[in-house]
Amino acid sequence: MTDSQATPLLSLRNVSIALPKGADRALAVEDVSYDVFRGEILCVVGESGSGKSMAANAVMGLLPKGVYTSGGEAIFDGQDLLQLSEKQHRTLRGLRIGMIFQEPMTALNPLMRVGAQIAEVFEAHGQFNGRERQQKALALLTEVGIPDPDKAIRAYPFQLSGGQRQRVMIAMALALEPELLIADEPTTALDVTTQAQILELIRDLQQRRGMAVMFITHDFGVVAEIANRVCVMRYGQIVELGEAEAVLKHPSHDYTRALIEAIPSDVIPEARGAETDTPLLEVVGLNKVFRSKGGLFKPAREVHALQDVSFSLVKGETIGIVGESGSGKSTLGRCVVRLERPDSGTLSLSGTDFMHLQGEALRRERHRVQMIFQDPYASLNPRHRVGYAIAQGPIANGTSKGQAMAKAKELLALVGLDGTDDRYPHEFSGGQRQRIGIARALAMQPELIVADEAVSALDVSIQAQILELLEELKQKLSLSLLFITHDLRVAAQICDHIVVMQHGRIVEQGPAREVFLAPREAYTRELLDAIPGREHELADA
Amino acid sequence: MLYVRLITMRLLKAVVVLFMIIIFNFVLIQLAPGDPAAILAGEAGATDEEFLRQLRERFGLDQPLYVQLWRYVSGVAMLDFGFSYRQQMPVLDLILARLPATLLLTGTAFVLSLFLGIVAGSLAAARVKKPSGSIIMALALLFYATPLFWVALMSVVLFSVYLDLLPAYGMYTVGAGHTGLALVLDVGKHLILPATTLALFFMAIYTRMTRASMLDASQQDFVKTARAKGLKNSVIQRRHILRNALLPIITLAGLQAGQMVGGAILTETVFAWPGIGRLMFEALQQRDYNLLLGIFFFSAALVILFNIITDLVYGLADPRIKEGS
Repeated sequence: MTDSQATPLLSLRNVSIALPKGADRALAVEDVSYDVFRGEILCVVGESGSGKSMAANAVMGLLPKGVYTSGGEAIFDGQDLLQLSEKQHRTLRGLRIGMIFQEPMTALNPLMRVGAQIAEVFEAHGQFNGRERQQKALALLTEVGIPDPDKAIRAYPFQLSGGQRQRVMIAMALALEPELLIADEPTTALDVTTQAQILELIRDLQQRRGMAVMFITHDFGVVAEIANRVCVMRYGQIVELGEAEAVLKHPSHDYTRALIEAIPSDVIPEARGAETDTPLLEVVGLNKVFRSKGGLFKPAREVHALQDVSFSLVKGETIGIVGESGSGKSTLGRCVVRLERPDSGTLSLSGTDFMHLQGEALRRERHRVQMIFQDPYASLNPRHRVGYAIAQGPIANGTSKGQAMAKAKELLALVGLDGTDDRYPHEFSGGQRQRIGIARALAMQPELIVADEAVSALDVSIQAQILELLEELKQKLSLSLLFITHDLRVAAQICDHIVVMQHGRIVEQGPAREVFLAPREAYTRELLDAIPGREHELADA
Repeated sequence: MLYVRLITMRLLKAVVVLFMIIIFNFVLIQLAPGDPAAILAGEAGATDEEFLRQLRERFGLDQPLYVQLWRYVSGVAMLDFGFSYRQQMPVLDLILARLPATLLLTGTAFVLSLFLGIVAGSLAAARVKKPSGSIIMALALLFYATPLFWVALMSVVLFSVYLDLLPAYGMYTVGAGHTGLALVLDVGKHLILPATTLALFFMAIYTRMTRASMLDASQQDFVKTARAKGLKNSVIQRRHILRNALLPIITLAGLQAGQMVGGAILTETVFAWPGIGRLMFEALQQRDYNLLLGIFFFSAALVILFNIITDLVYGLADPRIKEGS
């Protein structure tokens, strides 16, 4: 159906976009040409820094400051969008080209009611009067499937969930029935089940309205779900462009193949058992309630983050704690490293009661459980050299500075960053920083490592490398791993045992292979079904 | 209703805080050197011990500190702020007589600085990196850095002495006997110089803060969303950026509003404005402790009151604060 009409709706011809001086390369996008036809979904795929969003921003006239188009043209309905004045461009935005963004949390004005924000689109283009705008907004909210649209129209964004906010964004972008919708990573920040719903909604609306959609993503699973055609980008250039079926099944370029391979198409983990039966971590009946005291304007609230959580981990095993946001999985991790104190239950580490340790005794035992955090950018002090960042823990525990620094160098070599101990965190990429985070955890000679969404912020190809490294270190240093993630695909790659959590409770647990192949609970099945690209056959690894 | 309960709670807390402030002030002022009785006697030209003893007895200064404190605090609880020995009048009457003049001056300055500061800051934010924006910021820096009294004196020299446009001091023309509209105009004319002088400094701060806060807010994702809707830049600036930039400005406005009683000493002195500031200055020089404590009480009460108001305004400006997340 894609090439049914000969003239494309949008046609990029040799577009180049220049970055400001001092950037890591001169051109964000170099000599890029592709077409978007009416009634099709074109996925522009690439990892961070590939320039995949830049062309879309240029089409919208929303390039960041200092970035400008240095050549080429973008023909939309006979006119070159790159030559338009700001005023001309403004009349197109929202009316003929709509756009939705990645972060539903921040993409809506926090101080304006949802209805008013939708009505603004009509106002911007001088359509309808005040009351009609509200009615239209209500109709749109109903169309994008927001529960209770009468209430939602009067709600502020903070009163809605991430998925609902993204629906509001979609309602806004579609308000004036644009011919082209640009979706910039619209599902990346969402839970899997929500992601599946939003993808379905976009596909549904696209078909009903016959729009063209330019869908920007880093995730080949999403591509498999939604794309008619695919454009793969790398370092600002097009690597591969073609029909989705063809690209996914028979990628012609090595890079595309690598990206597709990085996502396990068959999310069935191998059967594997732990080498020993010695229990390391035993968690029984853990409870944690967060109480917010009634503040100035809000009533007191109780959140049951953990309810009667029990599981155990034997030495050398990797357990995956899987759940969506708000499931309590991170609280569990924080309880295990004793950053958070559970209300009741027991938590023991090879027989020692780890939960009730206090003061000096706790400090002596802390090194046994170490944590790797999600955000490799925020979890390293930007003013400390990485060697020192790694040595800090051992120094605090009484190792001499010289010894600790020497050890830090060894550890950096171990994680593949030889000779970088005197650099600062900003000199490293995200994946490299996560390696530093791993080295820092290892410096304490732990028995158990808790990795909280440790690869979630990374590109897929980097994800695969970090997971490999963790696996290798685990073998070499006979570690055990508690791997907290929202991403079942990642869990499938690394975990022996899976614990599925929802609303603070364990829904299901068992050997990874069993949980994936024969889930017993409906919720687990729902999670598995929501994995993008699951039922599609991707290229064989 | 939640709101009513909340305000009641805050007011109850405020009363407790206020009494702690009274006690604290009372004790502090005892530490100040100088004996009110001695100064009073000295000004009366009498120095003999007997007269001093009589004075102390009459004003209760011979009593132990805790007795004096108790008398004072229980007096304040009944809205009796004591008697000014110097001015031979109840403290409350003195303060109430001066309060309107001060509130007129500081209130005008407050509104003026807030309004002009936000306008200038918004313009500077919208014209960032353009000459007009830079000029606004240079002026703001100038007003921010120049001492208040200097601006006051120079404006007198310029507008009163050279141009003879505005009166140099006082609140109204003495002996003119204006009434009605004529009086309003007369006071208004007298108000211009001191109010502007007082407003300039805060205006400069509001300008700088509004600009910085708006530039911050303009980096947010929802601004891009607004642009993607096809909204005009001026609408985006006002409706999306400025509104989200207001919170720190409200904080600062709350601080400034709290200073409305005690913050104009310098201006009132230079322009001979018959307000609380000058009353306080005189009371300080004359060791008129009862009067001083009374003024402290009123300015503390105002600070607390505006703290509560600021919190309520936060709730109006940002729905997230009101309802919690």
